[in-house]
Amino acid sequence: MRRIDVSLITQKVAELFESVNYKLSDDVSKALRNASEKEESALGRRVLSSLCENMDVAENEQIPICQDTGMAVVFLEIGQEVELVGGYIEDAVNEGVRKAYEEGYLRKSVVNDPLERINTKDNTPAIIHERIVKGDKVKITVAPKGFGSENMSRLFMLKPAQGVEGVKDAVLETVKAAGPNACPPFVIGVGIGGDFEKAALMAKHALTREIGSKNEKEEINSLEEELLSSINSLGIGPAGLGGSTTALAVFIETYPTHIAGLPVAVNMCCHVSRHRSAVIGED
Amino acid sequence: MEIKINLPTTKEEIIKLKCGDFVSISGEIYVARDAAHKRLMELIKEGRPLPINLENEAIYYMGPSPARPGRIIGSAGPTTSSRMDFAAPTLLDMGLLVMIGKGKRSPEVHEAIKRNGAVYFAAIGGAGALISKSIESSEIVCYEDLGAEAIRRLTVKDFPVVVAIDSGGRDIYG
Ligand code: SF4
Repeated sequence: MRRIDVSLITQKVAELFESVNYKLSDDVSKALRNASEKEESALGRRVLSSLCENMDVAENEQIPICQDTGMAVVFLEIGQEVELVGGYIEDAVNEGVRKAYEEGYLRKSVVNDPLERINTKDNTPAIIHERIVKGDKVKITVAPKGFGSENMSRLFMLKPAQGVEGVKDAVLETVKAAGPNACPPFVIGVGIGGDFEKAALMAKHALTREIGSKNEKEEINSLEEELLSSINSLGIGPAGLGGSTTALAVFIETYPTHIAGLPVAVNMCCHVSRHRSAVIGED
Repeated sequence: MEIKINLPTTKEEIIKLKCGDFVSISGEIYVARDAAHKRLMELIKEGRPLPINLENEAIYYMGPSPARPGRIIGSAGPTTSSRMDFAAPTLLDMGLLVMIGKGKRSPEVHEAIKRNGAVYFAAIGGAGALISKSIESSEIVCYEDLGAEAIRRLTVKDFPVVVAIDSGGRDIYG
């Protein structure tokens, strides 16, 4: 057993949320800079170079990359040989979010209730996804999520007979509808299989993958590549003003499903695709 | 080619702008988003006066991140305009001339833009840090209780936008 004080989790959560809102992970910033060299439209290049300049201003002058610093999504992978002490883990995570959004001058974008809609003023509660895994470590992944792109996400309950063509149509239909609203170039998370909520969760989790990394399953890797190239020929382009860079990546996760179903979830994310991880318990 | 305009302006100036033009905005603009639009529409429905005069004015759909001490504002990029489509036609009919945001608008907003000789500008979504450099002053006008959603008055200098829908109804998003 390894004992971990939850105050350490508070501290890590706070650091990760604050830092990722000022500086994108290297894979995303590299993808944006590469795209600005390859973009075919002059207007598209102009937008992409503004986005690169925006990243520099954010980092150098400590201004959040985007004013929508997101709802705080947290993935926790907790080793089953870990004993958490010093308080309740979800309280610790929320305390970390509170600290990051208050001390880091991040926008508080969360309301207490979907219908009453009073701002909680500290960006809590977070959306916490916990998983018990093997081992004696805790892995924290934070992914603040803006709602311009979240609002354009979709869930489809396809028929098994629709197969891979149905999946492609679902993704392309979602991307076309998202258009300029979701701040292209996008990163697109897709969950295929499982059930209703599993598909959505896979789509969200897929967004935390590193741009440039390959899918372990070869056929899914080719599907990702095929979708990326179809999406980039839609012409939506940077900021939706036209061009050849509509998406930076398509990431797919799959899971076994029921004989009667083919769930497909498409979680749209903008170019401000924020994710950062830390592991507690690494010696 | 880049066109410079000073806001507030007049209908005569706005109708010269064409879809796809690059425009660099200086002057004064209002800021309002979802919750403020909801309140404005409630006042209009009840027949009560609005806290701001919309005649020839501009509204930027935006909710900034907090300013660090000594700074004017935090990150300040556009939010998705379509969420304000429920209110835009009414506000345009009341004299609003300029809207700034990102993304597509409804057929009703298109019609109201044409009817009133107004314009809809797109700013670059997700470039909030860069855009904040064009903001020279920011003051809360009303609805301070809404936090990031309060109505503000900004002074901007060379705020870069593109004409997304011109007064003739031509739309850059097709
Ligand atoms: S969709 Fe992304 S880039 Fe666009 S405003 Fe929201 S968080 Fe910012």
